[in-house]
Amino acid sequence: MAELRLVDLVKEFQSFDSPEGKVVAVDHVNLEVERGELVTLLGPSGCGKTTLLRMIAGFEDPTSGDIFLGDRRINDLAPNKRDAAMVFQSYAIFPHLNVFENVAFGLRLQNLTEAQVQERVNRVLELVGLTELARRSPDQLSGGQQQRVALARAIVMEPRLLLFDEPLSNLDAKLREQMRIEIRQLQQRLGITSVYVTHDQAEAMSISDRIVVMNHGRIEQVGPPLALYARPRNRFVAAFIGDVNFISGEVVAPGRVRVLTETFPVADMPESLRPGQQVTLTLRPESVELLSDPRSPQSQFSGEVRRVTFLGGMVEYEVQAEGLGSLVVHASNPILRGVLRRGDHVGLHIPPAALHVLP
Amino acid sequence: MRLKRMKRELEILWQDPLLALLVGAITISLLIFVVYPLIAVFIKGFQTQDGQFTLENYRRFATFRYLQNALRNSLLVGLATGVVGVLLGYLAAFTLTRTDVPGKQLLHILLILPIISPPFVSAIAILLLFGFNGLITQKILGLQGFNIYGFKGVFLSQVFTFAPVGYLTLRGVLESLNPTLEDAAMNVGASRWQTFRRVTFPLSLPGIASAFLVIFIESLADFGNPLVLAGSRFPMLAPQAYLEITGSFNLPLGAALAVVLLIPSLTAFVIQRYYLQKRQYTTVTGKPTLSASKIVSPGARVGLYALLTGFALLILLFYGTILVGAFTAVWGHDNTLTLDHFRYAFSVGFDTIKDTLIVAILSTPISGFLGMLIAFMVVRLTFPGKGAVEFMSILNFAVPGTVVGIGYILAFNRPPLLLVGTLSILVLNFVFRYVPVGIQSGIAVLRQIDPSIEEAARNLGADGITTFRKVTLPLIAPAFFSGLVFAFVRAMTAISAAIFLVSAQWNLLTVQILNQVGSGRLGVAAAFSVILVAIVIVAVGVISRLVPRQVARIEIMRAQEG
Ligand SMILES: Nc1ncnc2c1ncn2[C@@H]1O[C@H](COP(=O)(O)OP(=O)(O)OP(=O)(O)O)[C@@H](O)[C@H]1O
Ligand SMILES: [Mg+2]
Repeated sequence: MAELRLVDLVKEFQSFDSPEGKVVAVDHVNLEVERGELVTLLGPSGCGKTTLLRMIAGFEDPTSGDIFLGDRRINDLAPNKRDAAMVFQSYAIFPHLNVFENVAFGLRLQNLTEAQVQERVNRVLELVGLTELARRSPDQLSGGQQQRVALARAIVMEPRLLLFDEPLSNLDAKLREQMRIEIRQLQQRLGITSVYVTHDQAEAMSISDRIVVMNHGRIEQVGPPLALYARPRNRFVAAFIGDVNFISGEVVAPGRVRVLTETFPVADMPESLRPGQQVTLTLRPESVELLSDPRSPQSQFSGEVRRVTFLGGMVEYEVQAEGLGSLVVHASNPILRGVLRRGDHVGLHIPPAALHVLP
Repeated sequence: MRLKRMKRELEILWQDPLLALLVGAITISLLIFVVYPLIAVFIKGFQTQDGQFTLENYRRFATFRYLQNALRNSLLVGLATGVVGVLLGYLAAFTLTRTDVPGKQLLHILLILPIISPPFVSAIAILLLFGFNGLITQKILGLQGFNIYGFKGVFLSQVFTFAPVGYLTLRGVLESLNPTLEDAAMNVGASRWQTFRRVTFPLSLPGIASAFLVIFIESLADFGNPLVLAGSRFPMLAPQAYLEITGSFNLPLGAALAVVLLIPSLTAFVIQRYYLQKRQYTTVTGKPTLSASKIVSPGARVGLYALLTGFALLILLFYGTILVGAFTAVWGHDNTLTLDHFRYAFSVGFDTIKDTLIVAILSTPISGFLGMLIAFMVVRLTFPGKGAVEFMSILNFAVPGTVVGIGYILAFNRPPLLLVGTLSILVLNFVFRYVPVGIQSGIAVLRQIDPSIEEAARNLGADGITTFRKVTLPLIAPAFFSGLVFAFVRAMTAISAAIFLVSAQWNLLTVQILNQVGSGRLGVAAAFSVILVAIVIVAVGVISRLVPRQVARIEIMRAQEG
């Protein structure tokens, strides 16, 4: 049985600036999170991620729908009675308490002896690498350290569920990458079921067991990172996760599509599609091969390089391909393979299984 | 070393002679109009009637019971008003920031009404309700000879006058506390009450202490309420100083009382400013979360709301009483409605209304501009003695009006500064007394504006003054308007200093109201009060129209800080 279950969850806010007088922040969301799993809610700003998380934590009451933790419906449980600890985006560290007392805050509300509190807090402080700073006051901490305090304060409760609301968005890029690895390792080590909100797709991909892509309060698609990347269900998901090219093609037979004159095999094409039907295909930029000689036998399409952006580990090209329009192509290993120039005429090769049909 | 730095700073300043002149001029006027009067009071306190040095005035404290009582009573009322004002203020602020009760806007307006009225409006209402002919004491309860004068009268009146100050201060404090902190506490298992006790309350504690001290300072400085309601058996310092001077013509003793009054005020001010303000927790970080806080239980919500509405209704009752009183022939005897009081008020008081408006309209813009200039100097320029200039400029926050008033008549009663009895003395007094609020909000805004914006203007060839006029001033316009509103409201409603400075040619409405109360014409006093409050509301409305909404709110917020 799923550890966390959301059933038909809806949240409407009153709003005076929208014509209907309300905003639907979360729109009929169904989701199951398994024990020990880390699930990310990913989506653009305003899509309802925070609202969903706050309903799970108990800070917002759902307009309709149910929330189950284990087999217990927790809709009417006060926030302080829910076994779900949250790491806030703004950290929400108590400014009047030092690091140790911040972490000990929740424990001190329980009937624990001082020795037990000390023991547990120290253990967690060590886990997040804050032992040295235990007596510091929060205003003497860096952003990363504050983040760790917030994390420690949540996990010291040994909660059944950990909730993260964009925990890394106030950190600089380098620290963000380091912290997301730390969070993931800690989460796996402790085996705590977690829901993690972010609008950064790279963060979502690197940290999650599964990703929930949201838009306008609705779930667009749920799945493991690779599945979402390889087989997005619609344009929104395809474009939100990674870079993508959309090209159009025609179904020739089950599992085969034609693009211009070339025919390609595609995996898991929906069975409803009939030969002759027009479809949209996704093509990831790194799946295309550029050939410096357009007449090479491998070349399926020809094009002209319009833009070259050198990114270090790879080069991003914009290629005007005949009959296909403008395509973004990523070529790896520029040191060994060299860099094309603007205006070069190139051939394009699309390997089998690189194309995915949008249903 | 120090001297060298001062010399260097002076040199830099001189590169822009206009600016240097300005700094000089402002420093000198602060010395003349803020510091010098205080010194004059201080010196006078050590003089006999004919100017010999003496300790006699202070020695009297040891011998005369009523002087000791005056000090004790003033402190007592200050402490009691501070405590109750903070309690009520916190209750109101908490309810209006943490719950979603209906009618919040209306409650807010009712709560700040006392701030824009002359401080003794409630004193008049109390006389009408609880006085010898009081509606409640005599008519409803049938009490004969109930005596409202003394501690209970002053205390009640001051609570009404100053609890709103506590409310605004604490509202600012509670609004600046990140509500996510409360969420976080509940999230790790704290109940509502535990959340309040362990997070919300400790975080607002510095603000509470600060609000207490502000009310304490205001209560000590309050002149109108004690003069009307203290009565002879309950002497208090501020009115006593006035009575010594105008009643017994004992200027030195009045000055000595003023000095005694100044000591607790200044102490409270220094604690508030240099200790507490650095300890405020402003915790708004990241994106603010809009959410109805869950920290208040449904039961508590109802309770808080009931208390708050009760208090708001009492305020309404007070103002209603004034309004009805202004139209009632003889309160308690003849209840026919009449316009007589207004007719009388306009016939004897028309010039006073005119004078009051002239003084307010003259002092308001001067005070506004001066405030911004000083804020600019303090934040953006370096010059020797800057700290002292800042201190002088805001010192009047803490100095009771009575002290300032006595200082002005002592300081400006002979050439070349013979100003007593003129329009200028009133205007100057208001300008320098109420400029600190403009300065404070100006400083706060300027500190948030990136200096590189101004540097860019300099870089494009603007000189110091032009930069201020074309770049800085527009940026600090909101603070400027808040200073304006405050200065105007105070110029219209202040009395404690002004009562020493009015003359036959230049009289003020507040003084007129007090005179009417003194001669027992409560109806006329009520009529004058209605006129005054109406003018203030219209004026605040007009000024607020000129500025964006959010600014208008800050203005009112600021209006309490004096
Ligand atoms: N208390 C509220 N009252 C009214 N509308 C709200 C409230 N909270 C959120 N909303 C609206 O609900 C929608 C979803 O908001 P939410 O904060 O959940 O978005 P989000 O996905 O977390 O966005 P972000 O990435 O910017 O944090 C938005 O349109 C927002 O304006
Ligand atoms: Mg959010």
